[in-house]
Amino acid sequence: MKELRFDAAVIGGGAAGMAAALEIRRRGLEVCIVERDDELGGILLQCIHNGFGLHEYREDLTGPEYAERAVQAVEQAEIAVFTRTTVGELASRAGQSTLVCFSARHGVLKVSARAVVLAMGCRERNRGNLRIPGSRPAGVYTAGLAQRLINIDGYIPGRQVVIIGSGDIGLIMARRLQWLGCRVHGVIEIMPYPSGLTRNIVQCLNDFSIPLHLSHVVSRIRGLERVEGVDVMPIRGGAPDPAGQFSIPCDTILLSVGLIPENELSKTAGVQIAPETGGAVVDATMMTSVEGIFAAGNVLHVHDLVDNVSEESRLAGSFAADWLSGRRPARQMRILPGSNVRYVNPSRVDPDRGSRVYLRPLIVKNKAQLLVSANGRPVKKVVKNHVQPSEMISLSLREQDLAGIDAAGVLEVSIS
Amino acid sequence: MKKELTCISCPIGCAMAAEFSADGAISVSGNQCARGEQYAHDELVDPRRVVTATCRTSSERHPRLPVRTREPCPRELIPAVLSRIYELVVPVPVHLGDLLCDVQDVSVIASRSLDE
Repeated sequence: MKELRFDAAVIGGGAAGMAAALEIRRRGLEVCIVERDDELGGILLQCIHNGFGLHEYREDLTGPEYAERAVQAVEQAEIAVFTRTTVGELASRAGQSTLVCFSARHGVLKVSARAVVLAMGCRERNRGNLRIPGSRPAGVYTAGLAQRLINIDGYIPGRQVVIIGSGDIGLIMARRLQWLGCRVHGVIEIMPYPSGLTRNIVQCLNDFSIPLHLSHVVSRIRGLERVEGVDVMPIRGGAPDPAGQFSIPCDTILLSVGLIPENELSKTAGVQIAPETGGAVVDATMMTSVEGIFAAGNVLHVHDLVDNVSEESRLAGSFAADWLSGRRPARQMRILPGSNVRYVNPSRVDPDRGSRVYLRPLIVKNKAQLLVSANGRPVKKVVKNHVQPSEMISLSLREQDLAGIDAAGVLEVSIS
Repeated sequence: MKKELTCISCPIGCAMAAEFSADGAISVSGNQCARGEQYAHDELVDPRRVVTATCRTSSERHPRLPVRTREPCPRELIPAVLSRIYELVVPVPVHLGDLLCDVQDVSVIASRSLDE
């Protein structure tokens, strides 16, 4: 069995893993990336549409273009990369971690590292997660799987399509299918507002006059061998109303109903998971409950923009480098979601150096006020032109915002 | 002719209405800032989109190459651009940014590099 030792090991070679590894390497440390696919890039490689990099590079890039910039930087930085290598076990004791990997090239590979950055991304919620009634015919795909089949493998999964859920991947696939000559007959969203970005509603649905059925639910999938259609009911008074039922014939259904951080490996290492995000509980330095194990990107919480993933992961890489050089915050303050906030990540901030936190609102509002209070006293107010659940908010809490606050207390972020 | 639009210049997504007045100017309502007026103007006079798709390659390992229009493409040209893309078979190696074909003034380029 081949055994290797690094200062830090990054699990996952997508946008998050590459950004974290690059930052660790920039700090002069030895780092490796372990990636199960046969090349670096992650899910960006199948996201062939544009809209990436507007913050990170001030350019409108496609997913593969964004990925290639990071891959080139990784190559230039001479970071060790193990592709076609799956981490089977992650164990950590007293600040020393071991990854047992299965590699096409090396067989069983044991990687030891003092610091580990979890960057495994997420996977899609599927039909089993939704419990949609009806038969179980062929032709039901998650949107991201359909994206991979079309964009990487070159197969068209079906011609007459209905999309369940208004997540961004589903919206992007609606346009992709229309441009391939397929017909998308509607998008069914259970909530009263879309879960995807406005620009995707406009350019992927409105451009093609695809109906978006808000506050509607699929009550049955029809067809035995192959999908033949869906029954749809409006939500009225909080429940599906059979009186308003209609059917849409189709041969294919795409599900775009959310993502789940992929933390099976994290759990084997004893990392504590937060139920509201599905990702690890992390402190002000993005360290998980296990010493020396950090987390960033979609494995920590689901992002809507890759630019935020890169920014957050660079931070995680820099905190991992700090920790490797023995630097830890003197004090940390808890920060909790208040009214109209679903979660705040990380769940602690460093009052002496300041911290960047990300939060998800629960409401749609223009001219919304973001209020951070410490032990009930306001410390920071920010007015946001617009908030909505599909747009994550990034908030910088500077050292001076937190000066003079009792660090034993609790910060709370609310939106009104 | 009145056109209903949702502005995508920022996340607010103003619901706007735009129409040509008798003198040929464009009147916009519902926008909260000047960017909305510009967006409505572009949508009425010269709507454009970046087109992204994939085409065939000579590679076994990577049967599809992602491609894009270098600049936003006039909407009425999109079907012609897509037809040309679907006819392409790109030999590898190919580099990010390589010009693959032109349809009128619209250039289609490779969105990634493929070595093999």
